[in-house]
Amino acid sequence: MSKVISVTGLRKSYKDHLAVDGLDLEIEQGEIFALLGPNGAGKTTTVEILEGFRTRDSGDVSVLGFDPSHRGDAGLIWRNRIGIVLQSTLDAGDLTVLESIGHFSRYYSNPKDPHDVIELVGLSEKKGALGRTLSGGQRRRLDVALGIIGNPELIFLDEPTTGFDPEARRAFWELIKNLRNEGATILLTTHYLDEAEALADRVAVINRGKIIEVSTPADLGGRATSLARVTWRDGDVIREEKTSNPTALVQKLSAQFSGEVPELNVRRASLEDIYLEMIGGTHA
Amino acid sequence: MPKTPSALRIGIHRGKIEILQFMRQRESVVFTMLFPLILLAIFGSVFSNSIAKGVTFSQYFVAGMIASGLVNTGFQQLAIMIPVERDFGTLKRLRGTPMPAISYFIGKSILVTVSMVIQVLLLLAAGVAFFGVNLPKSADKWLLLAALLVLGSACSTVLGIAFSTIPKSGRGASAVVSPVVIILQFFSGVFFIFTDLPGWMQQVAAIFPLKWMTQGARSVFLPDSFATREVAGNWETGRTFAIITAWLIVGLIFAIRTFKWERD
Repeated sequence: MSKVISVTGLRKSYKDHLAVDGLDLEIEQGEIFALLGPNGAGKTTTVEILEGFRTRDSGDVSVLGFDPSHRGDAGLIWRNRIGIVLQSTLDAGDLTVLESIGHFSRYYSNPKDPHDVIELVGLSEKKGALGRTLSGGQRRRLDVALGIIGNPELIFLDEPTTGFDPEARRAFWELIKNLRNEGATILLTTHYLDEAEALADRVAVINRGKIIEVSTPADLGGRATSLARVTWRDGDVIREEKTSNPTALVQKLSAQFSGEVPELNVRRASLEDIYLEMIGGTHA
Repeated sequence: MPKTPSALRIGIHRGKIEILQFMRQRESVVFTMLFPLILLAIFGSVFSNSIAKGVTFSQYFVAGMIASGLVNTGFQQLAIMIPVERDFGTLKRLRGTPMPAISYFIGKSILVTVSMVIQVLLLLAAGVAFFGVNLPKSADKWLLLAALLVLGSACSTVLGIAFSTIPKSGRGASAVVSPVVIILQFFSGVFFIFTDLPGWMQQVAAIFPLKWMTQGARSVFLPDSFATREVAGNWETGRTFAIITAWLIVGLIFAIRTFKWERD
């Protein structure tokens, strides 16, 4: 598979603060790749360098075979192939959904049909509504529509579902999966671990300007093979045992209690447990 | 490699979108377009005397307000609007698309031109209808007016774009920009007869383009006999165009070099 994004030894510092410290990253064509990390880890800086918004101090960066720090006509032809969904914006409040999307479609050589995109993001009923009358979730859908109208090969999504209710988030996840199924590669940054777990083919955890692990959500931090924690009530006390064979333990307990084990709980580390451990946070 | 749409075509479409948005912001339409008319009504009623044979204060004032219209629809409008767009993320979003930067400025120029023409027409119509303002009679004067509006508006537009980097935030932009415009209007002989102002005020005003736009507009709307009452004793048309052109060039250089797409 070909690399859509390839980064080696990326470095960027601001005044006295080192934001990105020798970061390496490779993203394959057609995958949804999530970048996880606490605030200040270098996530936004990295993504903005990839998007061509920021310059870098050193390192090699290739996005769709092009160095994003280049400007001029070649830069515009490159931008014609990518779509960027920024964090919350408030612009174009005085244009209708259709006017905004229709206008942005004129920037691209091979745009999608504006009506199709409106349908895809679920704003058909709001086609004629002014931007400023949209709810937070609808506004976000408009942001996505403007990011994908150009039929991009690569989509950057920055914290896409912040402020969504659970139902809107699930609908949004479906939309993102559909875009991937149409062949786009997606780089997602998010705070929500359940979002990364639901969407991403691979996740990278970034901390202090470096990637500390890249893997599938299920395997992150050895999660798939980590010890399971089994707890149950034995008389007045709650007992706990960590085991690599929880099924055998449960069978043994079941025999011991002749049937139902009181308050049985078998739990593997959640993505959140693993993630917090990796970035040196505390367990909730 | 696919060919992206031309910068000019995108720019013209941006112009349409800009005008559409402008017309939908009713408060700003009313403020930008009607406020000068209200001023004309106030000053025209308060100073109803003649300032020279065949020249009413209204005639003098309309010339000044047309020059001010160039500053309001170009400099003031853009220097307030662009910081707001920067705050709202409009500029950053555009930066992330294949839209060429020049298309954004073409769109703004179209917006300024359309609002300037509407402004001038409204002022002329109200002046003629209510304050006995005389329109120029010779083709030469109309030609001079057209040249002044084109050059003045271009100058005002680039200076507005250049100045847009100064306000720190969209919310504060109006507080930074409006006083600059109002003080310049007082110094440049828009509200008062220029030659009645203190000498130092005249000298300060002569550095900036509004004074020259105002003087140029007077050369269109006042009889040539009035020219003897100008500072130099004549209209100084050549110098007027030279100074406005100089500001246009300076503004263009600053606009290109300093434009910011994102907040710091």
